[in-house]
Amino acid sequence: MSKTERKEFIKGLLFISPWLIGFLIFTVYPIFASLYMSFTEYSIVGESKWIGFSNYKKLFTDILSMKAISNTLYYAAGLVPLGLIVGLVLAILLVQPLKEIIFYRTTIYFPSIVPAFAFATIGVWFFNPYIGFMNNLLKLIGIQGPFWLSEQWVKRTIILMAQWGAGGTALIYMAAIKDIPKELYESAELDGATAWQRFWHITVPMISPATLYYLVIATLGALQIFDLPNIMTGGGPANSSLSFVMYLYQNAFRYGYMGYAASMAWILFIISFVLTMLIFGTTRYWVFYYGARR
Amino acid sequence: MYYLFKNKTLRSFIFRNVVRLILIFITFIYILPFIWMLSTSFKDDRELFLFPPKWFPWPPVWQNYNKALQRFPFFKYLKNSAIITVGALIGTLLSCPLVAYGFSKIRWKGRDFFFYLMLSTMMLPGAVTIIPTFMIFKTLGWINTFLPLIVPAFLGGGAGSIFLVRQFFNTIPDDLVDAAKVDGASDLQIYLRIVLPLAKPVLFLISLFTFLGAWNNYFGPLIYLTDENKYPLSLGLPTFFSLYGTYWNQMMAAATMSVIPTIIFFVIAQKYLIEGIKITGIKE
Repeated sequence: MSKTERKEFIKGLLFISPWLIGFLIFTVYPIFASLYMSFTEYSIVGESKWIGFSNYKKLFTDILSMKAISNTLYYAAGLVPLGLIVGLVLAILLVQPLKEIIFYRTTIYFPSIVPAFAFATIGVWFFNPYIGFMNNLLKLIGIQGPFWLSEQWVKRTIILMAQWGAGGTALIYMAAIKDIPKELYESAELDGATAWQRFWHITVPMISPATLYYLVIATLGALQIFDLPNIMTGGGPANSSLSFVMYLYQNAFRYGYMGYAASMAWILFIISFVLTMLIFGTTRYWVFYYGARR
Repeated sequence: MYYLFKNKTLRSFIFRNVVRLILIFITFIYILPFIWMLSTSFKDDRELFLFPPKWFPWPPVWQNYNKALQRFPFFKYLKNSAIITVGALIGTLLSCPLVAYGFSKIRWKGRDFFFYLMLSTMMLPGAVTIIPTFMIFKTLGWINTFLPLIVPAFLGGGAGSIFLVRQFFNTIPDDLVDAAKVDGASDLQIYLRIVLPLAKPVLFLISLFTFLGAWNNYFGPLIYLTDENKYPLSLGLPTFFSLYGTYWNQMMAAATMSVIPTIIFFVIAQKYLIEGIKITGIKE
């Protein structure tokens, strides 16, 4: 490095130093510390003791942690595809040229910024089996509504409730749809393509970068689902809504099993990483960058 | 743009109104839980059980709000939420553009490496780092204070915000910066006098995101705050819910009060939130 290069290098580091310090203290150190802790028996008071892979072995024999993992995968398998469909349908409807479209956009977007801690309480009441809105409505048309927060239904109810927040996804898709050049549709129409063909062969590939972004963010988010189940049910009934991060939280901050919780954090890290890599690994088959000559 | 209908034909006229009806229906569904909340908050105990439910309870039972406030210190929670949020806002606004400037307007070796390193941290689940982070704050004696919820914001304000501001800075011509350098201005001067004033729109946008992040944060306060006097709304409302959740009219009165700040925020910010993505984009 020449003298000016070195000067610029130091200046650059100085400017980004707030982030760099935060990165070292709150990301790098915690990753390695939690890796180390995951091999120890460590409660919040007292000494830590090296126990090798015991925490990980326990994790795979602990009925509750297995339950929490399967619940979490269930949440993800519901939240990610459903959120994509709802978000995309909303986006397509919300870019249509109607005079009052802003009104629909605004109103549909609003619930996505309402805090989960408030929406969770509203949801429990909305889905109250006896006098909640949903079952009142179903009764009106002669259907006996289910116990929405029962062992059988609670995960589906939470997945359904999360769809009130689909406005955020819709916004991303709206931006992507608006960016598609009009000529593509016009020439497709001249060639006699139907509306469905135009959607499938133009819109879907053109918005695929947004879909990639959505899939990664939504998968990571779904694997860490916490607020809604924790407030609505606390994990019940019979642990049927217990998510992995809830169980991690309980072990770390309620029972003080820091070492065990750290091993859970690492398992979550590995699951997230594998799924993210799987998504990125398939991009060349379905993600299409218009105008990119790479 | 993907239009479901064109302007001229009769078929389009029908299509347009079908789309309109679908949108009205969906909009109604999205707002329904909040109407139900508001309506419930004005019902007396007997009206809760009416079938079919009453949408406009008359006379409205304001008493529910008074009763809820006796066990639900809304204004105390509100104050705590405000302190945390303002703290996070100040921290983000002070540090985030500074870092973004380093990632955008200074040409230095390793810049791209650090930038992509920063982006990759967005893929890291927060739960992975939470336990050692908690131990750090415990060692510092910061448990049961607002500091763990505010101080990290002074360290860049999050990769997402830095990314947005950096993208914005990239649209400011380098010539502007270089010309000032020729005139003998230092980078800090250029940052403060030229770049920062130009960046007002994007700074406003990240303020909105920071506000939402801090205001809606539930997990952070849950692990760091133990004293009820320090609870923000995100802990206060669930606490009230777990204790008195079956007094549905009072519960919904508390929920209504808790949603009001978000509504006010939304009225001010909705235009920028909905159009904000357009200014910055999610790609280069």
